[in-house]
Amino acid sequence: MATPLVVSEVAKSFTMHLRDGVRRPVVANVSFSVKAGECVVLGGPSGVGKSSILKMLYGNYGVDEGQILMDHDGKLVNLATAEPRTVLEVRRTTLGYVSQFLRVVPRVSALDIVAEPLQARGTPIEEARAHAAELLSKLNLPRELWSLPPATFSGGEQQRVNIARGFITDHRILLLDEPTASLDAKNRAVVVELIAEKKAKGTALIGIFHDEEVRDAVADRILDVSAFSPRKAAA
Amino acid sequence: MSTLPLLKVNDVSKFYGSRIGCRNVSFELYAGEVLAIVGESGSGKTTLLSCLSTRLMPTSGIVEYHMRDGQYRDLARMGESERRFLMRTDWGFVHQNPADGLRMTVSAGANVGERLMAVGDRHYGNIRATASDWLERVEIGVDRIDDQPRAFSGGMRQRLQIARNLVTSPRLVFMDEPTGGLDVSVQARLLDLVRGLVHDLGLAAVIVTHDLAVARLLSHRMMVMKDGAVIEQGLTDRVLDDPREPYTQLLVSSILQV
Repeated sequence: MATPLVVSEVAKSFTMHLRDGVRRPVVANVSFSVKAGECVVLGGPSGVGKSSILKMLYGNYGVDEGQILMDHDGKLVNLATAEPRTVLEVRRTTLGYVSQFLRVVPRVSALDIVAEPLQARGTPIEEARAHAAELLSKLNLPRELWSLPPATFSGGEQQRVNIARGFITDHRILLLDEPTASLDAKNRAVVVELIAEKKAKGTALIGIFHDEEVRDAVADRILDVSAFSPRKAAA
Repeated sequence: MSTLPLLKVNDVSKFYGSRIGCRNVSFELYAGEVLAIVGESGSGKTTLLSCLSTRLMPTSGIVEYHMRDGQYRDLARMGESERRFLMRTDWGFVHQNPADGLRMTVSAGANVGERLMAVGDRHYGNIRATASDWLERVEIGVDRIDDQPRAFSGGMRQRLQIARNLVTSPRLVFMDEPTGGLDVSVQARLLDLVRGLVHDLGLAAVIVTHDLAVARLLSHRMMVMKDGAVIEQGLTDRVLDDPREPYTQLLVSSILQV
């Protein structure tokens, strides 16, 4: 089986045209790979570019240089240069993402938000909802909230909806941006368990975890992102 | 996923005398894809939409459409009657002002049924049944089927316009500021409805909007226009999260946070 994710010599900078075109380098020479069943945690201080790397991997940040190679249905796709519709196709079937915050869609219930990624892959709605219900109860989201749109939920409740949505599919690569940030100990433990299940199934995981306890429980390897600092590369 | 684009746009320009409407626009649209065209007033969004939907003839360039028979047809070379048939059956056009897309003095049911008759449906009972089914889908009470849209609120009229357009199962829908002029609560309901329908029906859509939140919610891809030209395009969340061009950065940074 091919390595699910290979990142090679990726560089990224922002040019801020509204600030007289100031160019702010973010990362340079980012190279690593993630094996099936492995969980790589991005480490390093705040502002070093951990989230930017995750966003480049997901395709919502552009890439200046380098390659992001993913094994998508047996074909190698370079996400750094892929067409938008290819990126969408990769996201539908290969690449999942649990963001820090839920983007709430007006009027859509928590249950349907969680079920949606499965539905998008062709699972019948009732089956997708059953699976969503299973995950939400595992994450201890009170049943009376399932039929409500999450706009009025607490931070922790929204994050659990977000986690369920990210974990419901069997994407081969899963990106995790601080999925446990606003959870209590009991639910953090559930997330650790969900991650362990994914690893056992051969999913490649890349995550950011500030919580040391969670990080130690899930990480196979910690990648120090300050090694990719562009200032260091220039020196 | 279909491998052939539904719409092929090649180097389309439109001049009004010496003034530029839009220039050198090229892109391809695939089945199931939603493309948002954003930019401020006067940037050429609506001109481009009109050129794509044959409401205006481009000054230069070619727009080709993948017909149901598998052939590509150059829209500018199509006969008037064929073009009108396409507009009434395989395409939809949702106007910003519902009064431009509805017949205000016939009943809601007839507004929906009219397009069915255009594709040859003649059975009154079937037409009425389909019309009431569609009214329900756009959340208009079936008891309003005999009322004229004049008696409807702005949001209801817009939903009726959408039902009228979608009843013939079009493959491509053009929308010009579909939520413009509506209250935010009404907007949210309409957006959710459009989002669901586009998803369920696998529609391709081109949506002109100046509202980046609408583009984020509905579209897969985005084109940013300025002075008639497309200055930046790509995946919607890439353009919004990592805008490259000065003008796009200005647009994105001008959104008010609530």
